[in-house]
Amino acid sequence: MALMRLLALLVGLLVNVASLAAIEVRSFDDPVLERRYADLTASMRCPLCENQAIDDSNAPIAADMRQRVFELLQEGQSDSEIVDHMVTRFGEYILYNPRLENRTYLLWGVPIALVVLATLLVILLVRARRHASSQALSDQERERLAALLNRKRSS
Amino acid sequence: MKRWLLLLLPLGFVGIALFFYQGLGRDPTARDSALMARAFPAFEAVTLEDANRRVDETLLRGEVTLVNVWGEWCPACKQEMPQLLELADHGIRMVGVNYRDRREKGRAFLDEYGDPFELNIFDPEGSLGFDLGVYGAPETFLVDADGVIRYHHKGYIAPSDVQARILPEVEKWR
Amino acid sequence: MAIEIIPEVGHFALMMALVMAIIQAVVPLAGVATRRSLWMAYGAPMAAGQFVFLALAYLCLSASYLLDDFSVANVANNSNSLLPWYYKASAVWGNHEGSVLLWSLMLAGWGFAASAFSTSLPRDMVARVQSVMAMVSAGFLLFILLTSNPFERLLPNVPADGADLNPLLQDFGLVVHPPMLYMGYVGFSVVFAFAIAALMGGRLDAAWTRWARPWANVAWAFLTVGIALGSWWAYYELGWGGWWFWDPVENASLLPWLTGTALLHSLAVTEKRGSFKSWTVLLAISTFSLSLMGTFLVRSGVLTSVHAFANDPSRGFFILVLLGVTVTLSLLLFALRAPRVSHRVGFGWLSRDSLLLVNNLLLVIMTVTVLLGTLYPLILDSLNLGKISVGPPYFNALFVPLTVLLCAFMGLGPSARWKRMGARELTTKLWLAGAGALVIGVLAPLLYAGQWNLWVSLGLVAALWIVLPLVRDVIDKCRHAGSLGRGLARLSPAYWGMVLGHLGLAVTLVGVTVVSNYNVERNVRMAPDVTVEVAGYQFTMRELTSRRGPNFLADTSLIEVRRGGDGRTFMMHPEKRLYLATGMPMTQVALRPGLFRDLYVAMGEDLGGGSYAMRIQYKPFVRWLWLGALLMAAGAVLAVIDKRYRRVATRRGAATRRVTP
Repeated sequence: MALMRLLALLVGLLVNVASLAAIEVRSFDDPVLERRYADLTASMRCPLCENQAIDDSNAPIAADMRQRVFELLQEGQSDSEIVDHMVTRFGEYILYNPRLENRTYLLWGVPIALVVLATLLVILLVRARRHASSQALSDQERERLAALLNRKRSS
Repeated sequence: MKRWLLLLLPLGFVGIALFFYQGLGRDPTARDSALMARAFPAFEAVTLEDANRRVDETLLRGEVTLVNVWGEWCPACKQEMPQLLELADHGIRMVGVNYRDRREKGRAFLDEYGDPFELNIFDPEGSLGFDLGVYGAPETFLVDADGVIRYHHKGYIAPSDVQARILPEVEKWR
Repeated sequence: MAIEIIPEVGHFALMMALVMAIIQAVVPLAGVATRRSLWMAYGAPMAAGQFVFLALAYLCLSASYLLDDFSVANVANNSNSLLPWYYKASAVWGNHEGSVLLWSLMLAGWGFAASAFSTSLPRDMVARVQSVMAMVSAGFLLFILLTSNPFERLLPNVPADGADLNPLLQDFGLVVHPPMLYMGYVGFSVVFAFAIAALMGGRLDAAWTRWARPWANVAWAFLTVGIALGSWWAYYELGWGGWWFWDPVENASLLPWLTGTALLHSLAVTEKRGSFKSWTVLLAISTFSLSLMGTFLVRSGVLTSVHAFANDPSRGFFILVLLGVTVTLSLLLFALRAPRVSHRVGFGWLSRDSLLLVNNLLLVIMTVTVLLGTLYPLILDSLNLGKISVGPPYFNALFVPLTVLLCAFMGLGPSARWKRMGARELTTKLWLAGAGALVIGVLAPLLYAGQWNLWVSLGLVAALWIVLPLVRDVIDKCRHAGSLGRGLARLSPAYWGMVLGHLGLAVTLVGVTVVSNYNVERNVRMAPDVTVEVAGYQFTMRELTSRRGPNFLADTSLIEVRRGGDGRTFMMHPEKRLYLATGMPMTQVALRPGLFRDLYVAMGEDLGGGSYAMRIQYKPFVRWLWLGALLMAAGAVLAVIDKRYRRVATRRGAATRRVTP
């Protein structure tokens, strides 16, 4: 514990540090709206900046977009309406979460396909390897032998 | 494992490298406006010249028009003014959008650097700019006679862009 | 007089290093082909010479920075006479040219170390390793000399002062982050060289893995610390309180880390059991290739990122060629020389072998996911399919389930035996740990926040499922030894390394889970004597003043913080600075670090009437993120000091001495 505290102190050596944050004071009557505002502004990319969400950027356009999101939320628009509103003006580029469509099938599909493939691969490999060694022994005998061998090795 | 299957590995990498090679020449920040081939957004505003003159999107019907979004605060706008004046000399109808600016500053700007515009839409809150998807002035839109956006030039129009890009586009949609 | 020619000395030293690299790349390999031991012996002195000359070049550039020699373009563009000396020294690697020089210096350092510690290895193996290292090194030195010379002069128009270092980089975190990261990236070149040497020699036995393992561990430790420092830097310096943005440059460092992690485990299987041979070689090649690809992505400008260097297509092209040649040739070599079918080593469903297989596959899937998400916008754009962005929502959606899955298998791994094990035995060993993890993980959010939260529970169960079986395993191992003390002492450093590494991941996981779900953020308007309450702390502004720093002007405020429970108070002073040379405004965040929570106050816009916008954040357990990374790195280093590696080295040494008189 003392070590951890020491490490934590080391990690936290610097108390004052620099940044470029955009800070605005907005008041929400409804915590749900506040949550939605945070989520929406975190998932939209600032069109001007290098690679920042609009909630992180201090570019003027990011401030305008945050303001618009805030206004549309107050008007009672749904998340998808707000997203559409922005996309018609700034393009799909601003979505950090790309929509599922023809050109993005692979983006979502490949990882899922890989999980399936890997599962099959593990099944095939282990089956092949299970039968690769000493067929003559029954499972129980093999386990006992393995246990013996391991004990011998570890002592 | 079949050996030829393993050869797919270097081949796959070469494929990725080709994409990298293609990416090298490109500007990752360049992209088309989302409004391309869509109608110029509806708006209602007054002009910079006359606070009592109201205009809307019908202003852009009937003739091919270059709409230039500018502001007094934007240094590149000053530099591109000679090119805009040249375009106006070619007889192209020019309309300005005075974006996120103050009236007297905008007028002083035009007095100093020249005024190629038939008129300027006054957009102090940037609401028309927002509907146009403008994220940094200057930006220029080519609107055809039906009020549809046909070409978008992001940023500064260099002297070479006038002949190489803008004029051919204007001719195409006239 | 002597001072004036420092840059030329540095430039000359770079050329000397290149010449030596070329000799080292060619001669030892030719020696292996023609069986001449004198030629093979060229490797070690050349590796040493290369290191010396690169160190000289590096010192020359540092000297130019420290002496404010603004006739050197690199210094003029990235330094300033007002800069404190330590930032002058670190500004050397705050730019493209200097950082490639540092990269090359480290490569030479690793090459030198690899040849110094390998004297007991078979000569042809060492010669091949040295050759491969030198080929990579020569490539980078050519890159520096042809496209990125850091010693270029601005003559005769020498500027009176420099343009200053980017204020974002004037910071301790950035002083240490890049060197650590580069040490990691470059360190994998040693493992890569061993793998290529083994492929060339056709000797893909367990021996090369034993030689390569310590290098892999150390490189991985550096990379882990480097990534953690980068995340820590982003946390406070970029000022948003975020610690991971899935930015392409961050992803570029994560990719070799993921395959490197897979490599560490796969090396263990190959060394202990002789299986996964080709797979291990492929991972060694992939890890270094991904390090190189990261360099390409950061420096070529093909992707937009907050961290990227100013880009230049000709440099990008050169690195692409370097990357293409290295990766294509090594994969080709792999395809041609990888062992056709290794002798079948049998293992059952519930064996450490099969669990490590799953671990490796999951890590590779994670790698492909990150790679795909990072490159997908680039690929679509190349095919003229439009511009899209792939960001945090995508990566989180895929990474969270994959990590949970990985943890599920990680919990089993250390308790499982090699080869095979009965399901009942494993259940007996682990049911208590599993039940404990489930109960604590599910109840913890209720006790902590008074409200159940699926994600918190999921994260905590996963972390505990890693920790509790380890505890059980340590206790079991000690029970066999009789007394607890004797049992603990008998466990090997390699075992403790594994325990620490896994523990580290669990700690990071707890940090990620808690801070992502229980982070509190408020943007408030504050003026002198205004009090706001955030997460049980009362923040009162006491003072608002201006001050002048060495190279900036600042508005600074003094905030008194009172803790709700015991009423203890302390002061925090956030600041807003204007850097004079660049005119860049910066927010200087005030941080109150703690093991269980950070308080974070950033000063925003002047709202008029003496009041300011302030962002106040309460970040529980955020330190655990980096603490876990330190534990992981410590574990990897601990495993290296295991007797096994030293014993083998000396035994081999004796053997070689006997053979070659």
